[in-house]
Amino acid sequence: MLAYTIKRLIAGVITVWFIATATFFAMHQVPGDPLMNDKAVTPEIRANLEKKYGLDKSKTEQYFIFLGNMLQGDFGISFTQQNRRVNDIIRDHFPVSATLGLLAIFFATTGGVLWGALTAIYRNQLPDVIIMFFVILGISVPSFVFAALGQLMLVNINSFFGQSIIPVAGWGTIWHMLMPSMVLGLGTMALLTRLMRSSMLEVVNEDYIKTARAKGLSPTRIFFRHQLRNAILPVITVLGPQIAAITTGGFVVELVFAIPGLGRYFVQAVQQLDYTVIMGTTVFYGAFLVLMVIMVDILYGFIDPRVRLS
Amino acid sequence: MKVFTVFLTCLFFELALADLAATSVNFESQTITIALVQEPPQLNSMKATDQVSLMVLGHLMQGLVQYDRRGNVIPGVAMRWELNDKEATFWLRDNARWSDGNPVTAHDFVFAWRNALKPETASEYAFILYPIKNAEAINTGKVAATELGVEAINDVILKVTFERPTGYFIKLTSFATYYPVREEFWVTKKDRYGADAVDLLYNGPFVMTNWTHSASLNMVKNQLYWDKQNISLNAINAEYITADTRARLNLFIDGKIVHTRLDGETSKDALTQRFRIRRFTTGSVFFIEYNHRPGRPTNNLNLRRAIQHVFDADEMVNRVLATPGNLRGESLFPVWLNGVNDKFRREYPAPLAIYDVAKARQYLALAKDELGSIGPLVLLVSDTPTATKQAEYMQGVLGNKLGLELKIDVQTFKQRLAKMTSGDFDMVGAGWGPDFDDIMTFGDLFASWNLNNRGRYNNPQYDRLIRTAMNSTVPRIRMDAMGEIQQIVHDDAVILPQYEQGVIYLLHPRLKGVVRRVVGTDPDYTHAKVVP
Repeated sequence: MLAYTIKRLIAGVITVWFIATATFFAMHQVPGDPLMNDKAVTPEIRANLEKKYGLDKSKTEQYFIFLGNMLQGDFGISFTQQNRRVNDIIRDHFPVSATLGLLAIFFATTGGVLWGALTAIYRNQLPDVIIMFFVILGISVPSFVFAALGQLMLVNINSFFGQSIIPVAGWGTIWHMLMPSMVLGLGTMALLTRLMRSSMLEVVNEDYIKTARAKGLSPTRIFFRHQLRNAILPVITVLGPQIAAITTGGFVVELVFAIPGLGRYFVQAVQQLDYTVIMGTTVFYGAFLVLMVIMVDILYGFIDPRVRLS
Repeated sequence: MKVFTVFLTCLFFELALADLAATSVNFESQTITIALVQEPPQLNSMKATDQVSLMVLGHLMQGLVQYDRRGNVIPGVAMRWELNDKEATFWLRDNARWSDGNPVTAHDFVFAWRNALKPETASEYAFILYPIKNAEAINTGKVAATELGVEAINDVILKVTFERPTGYFIKLTSFATYYPVREEFWVTKKDRYGADAVDLLYNGPFVMTNWTHSASLNMVKNQLYWDKQNISLNAINAEYITADTRARLNLFIDGKIVHTRLDGETSKDALTQRFRIRRFTTGSVFFIEYNHRPGRPTNNLNLRRAIQHVFDADEMVNRVLATPGNLRGESLFPVWLNGVNDKFRREYPAPLAIYDVAKARQYLALAKDELGSIGPLVLLVSDTPTATKQAEYMQGVLGNKLGLELKIDVQTFKQRLAKMTSGDFDMVGAGWGPDFDDIMTFGDLFASWNLNNRGRYNNPQYDRLIRTAMNSTVPRIRMDAMGEIQQIVHDDAVILPQYEQGVIYLLHPRLKGVVRRVVGTDPDYTHAKVVP
């Protein structure tokens, strides 16, 4: 197990290095000039800015300087907020995205497993049809629509009661988090429901279920001990990447609900060609994703004794 | 378990109450809550360039002079001043204080101005200090910063020597780049100056007590401010930071913020809510800039005139933009600029653009004679919905009325600028906002030496008129020169003016005294107050 973990971690480091390299060179291929703004500056000022950010050196040189700094955990200074370090930006804003993301994952998994199990039990009956209709909706409707609708709903609730029951936007208390995390988790919830449903239906025809039934076990016991536990495995598999996707993909939700998360920086950096923030957030999120996948694989071994990986 | 339930219940009520307390206006405590469009990228006054940073800084800092609500210059840190063609002298009040209790002295201005001009500071707004002697030479690294034509005679007398006569210099000193910076404080922060609430020293009507990046920014009344008895608001809390106009409208409807700007979509919803919609002209002019580089088809005057004669500014404003508040584009100079005794545009009316398709076709025929055939023209625009809509309109107009093919090149903001600078376009959707309160902020835009003249228009007569206006402080001479420039821009079809930008917004009816400004702090809540 330990050997396996170490092997995976080494592979993970190589993956992150590859992500960093690919992003670095792709980023420099994006047309546009990160130092250019509405007001033109004199060549002298430009030269100074280039020197400050090391853009006066060759691409290869820049790359190795970047790698060296990255190994020391330093991503440099932001181009748009010239007195803030990228490390500070990640440190200040990732916890927000992570909190929101974890809550969203909580909603998504509880909802997904519950609805998935329900649809499997009532296969081809009315509850199944109704839930699956919403699942299709959840998968196909983009999150900005849900975000806008969710916020509108809060406005209407508040105006109905004539006072602020639930905050419409902002950050700070658990009430601020409820609607955005639900909106954020909706897509994943739909995905997990579908996954759970098909996996439940697969499991139900397995021999061990028939055996359990033949043994005379109660249906509840069969459901929880044998069916659910086996059916949940594929859900765990996708959970790793989904956690990473949710904590990074919150751009729209963060914008609509005025949440100070890292997702905003992640997306806006690309729009503004903020080289250092692009590299910092991408490498950070890349490493996060890789770590999540490794963790899920290791976790797998504990849940399913058949898949002892070493 | 029971304890836990009790704890949760308490938490629930506490949270609920805490949230209820924060409404957009509070009469008893005289506090307001606002939303910012984005996180202020730069609160170092020597480097700030964007609207949000300037707005926040305008409440936290004060220059030598300030503007009153009617747009007149009134004393700020300086009590009085004298100005002639060669120099200006400012007498500072002795009760102006930094938020750490130290007096604001003439040395703080000298330090800030020198520092802003140093090439290593790389301030994009350094050019606004150029009227001061040696400023440009310092900024381009030719002489040392100590050579700047500014001197602190003592703690309260500041003397400025000019590079050239600058009649509008007093107005310039209200701008952020001219704000004082206390050297003793700055050296303890250096690159971190302005990065957080504790990394700034304040001398304005408000001080920043908290800045949680991308989340909230709180400003409270500065108890050391020399004119604090005239400040009514005790706190301005920016509790929301989002660029989403719909989210901000929702916050406004929910009674959480006092002000929000509307766009085409949200204005409809605001109307159904029966809110009073207010208008404000931002003072920016939007136009199509031609590429005047030799070899480009748009270098041809007859082609530019042909386009000029088929463009209908009314249609652009009413049908294409279709949001209230925009004015038709007629001139390089917007309507708010002052002339000699009245508004410039009243004293020097803009030449009438004549919509005449037949004449346009004649010009086009002449252009074709001179150029041979005219291939597809490239119109460069940024990737915003409004810009692409305008580009498609131009494509239709030129195609239908002149049979000219127009290719639309949609690019991100940064790439549009890069292409503009390298000259990779025929026409580009551009705009210009004023940097200071004088006609020169628009006038010298197409001078051959101006780096922002990205179409490389080059006309010795234009340059000569700008030099005349620059070297004079006599209003009549300056405005006459600008009047001629207005005519040249029209006759030579240097640009195709499209519209003067207007915005619509909502403001809480119980908040009075909010000032909208074309230049500087906008919106300005400094002298606002909440009425019962």
